[in-house]
Formats: sequence, C-alpha cells, structure tokens
Amino acid sequence: MTESLLSEAFAEGSIAIASLPSAESSLRVAGGLLEISGRTDAPYTDAVVAALHEFGPYFVVAPGIAIAHARPSESVFSVGLSLLVLREPIAFGNEANDPVRLVFGLCATDHDGHLGLMAELSNLLMDADRVNSLLNAGTVEDIRAILA
Amino acid sequence: MKIVAVCGMGIGTSVLLKMNIEKVLVQLGLEATVEAVDMTTARSAGFEANIVMTTPDLVDKLQGLPAEIIEVEHFFDLEELQTKLTKSLL
Repeated sequence: MTESLLSEAFAEGSIAIASLPSAESSLRVAGGLLEISGRTDAPYTDAVVAALHEFGPYFVVAPGIAIAHARPSESVFSVGLSLLVLREPIAFGNEANDPVRLVFGLCATDHDGHLGLMAELSNLLMDADRVNSLLNAGTVEDIRAILA
Repeated sequence: MKIVAVCGMGIGTSVLLKMNIEKVLVQLGLEATVEAVDMTTARSAGFEANIVMTTPDLVDKLQGLPAEIIEVEHFFDLEELQTKLTKSLL
C-alpha cells in the first residue's frame, strides 16, 4: 500500500528523537515540531497542552503511543503530523497504555479533510513491526525511511 | 443503529476509533452508522446514539447520555473492539 499522505504530512523538521522530563514537555515539543515545520503556530501548541489538562491523557490511544492534537483553528495552516520519539518512556497517567514512547502531533484544518491521512496513520500504528522499528530508530533519517 | 466515537477534539482519537469500529462491523457482518464527534457535540442537547465508544479517561464526562457507553483502551486492537461490540450488539 502506498502511504503518500503519511509521508507528505511529516514536513521537513517535523521529526525528533529526545529525552524529556514530563508529559507536558513532550506535548510542547511535539507541538513545536508542527510549528517548526510550518503547519501551525504557537497557540495551537498551547491548545494541545490545554487539552491534557482539560480532558486528561485520553489521547494515549495504544500502548506507548500518544496522538497529541487540538481542534482545528486559525493556528493551523495545513494538515500535518509530527513525531517525537522518546528515548526515556514517560508516564502520562493513562493506566492502560503508559508509559509513552511515541508522541505524534496532529493538526487539521477541519473535521474531514484529513480522513485519508488518518487511515494511513491507523494502518501504521496497527503494524507492530513498524511501530517497533520506530521505537528502535537511531536517527531521524531511519524514522523517515519507516514512514515513507 | 448509530455508534458514535467520542474524543476531546473530534479530529484525532475519535476518527481513529471510528475507522476501526467500521472495520470490526465489516468483520461481524453488521451494519451501523458510525460517527466521530467531540465532547462538546456529544454533550449537547439533541445528541442521539445507541452506543458511545470512548476512552476510560472520558467516560466520567459522558455519564448520563442516553446511550450505552463502551470503554476502549487500545484503539488498534481490533480483537478488543470486536469482543466489546459483540457483547453489546449480539
């Protein structure tokens, strides 16, 4: 299956590998990667962090995987994804799926323009081998190759 | 039959959940309308669904809705979805 939407969604500068001290700081970085790669500006990242405080860590959707996002707004310029691979796992407070190792940032301009992309993301996250490869990737280039 | 996947924002987690619910319905040979909505929509007046599926973190905020609420822990575990939906639908 070709996943062209997925590789397009990760713009230049949207992927990083890091060690961070907390759930909130990892959301700031995942949001920051969307900003750096030109898909959002700072208020969107603030909204992503605010969602954690408002709704809790519900967006940790599978073991080790968080999908950080906020509502479509004027701070979103185009649909995009970012990926922060955490060197050290972080507990988000999600009993079933902690600790988190992969933090995806997601932004969309409306409620249905990104559905094809979400289908590709879903296929990726259902593929245990590729998820495992992302977890063990040594460099951003390795990650790009897995997402291509 | 209307099944609604609910998340905080209506663009991320609920959309992923909706897609996987649809896959499981096909596996089960069942037909239902599946929608992804945000918390605000789910809690607004006039909201109707037979089944609401969401994450354990959001269940408390959805209590009182006129629908059966199913908690989903792992959104990509089609077996979990299938077991829970089967229990509810069959």
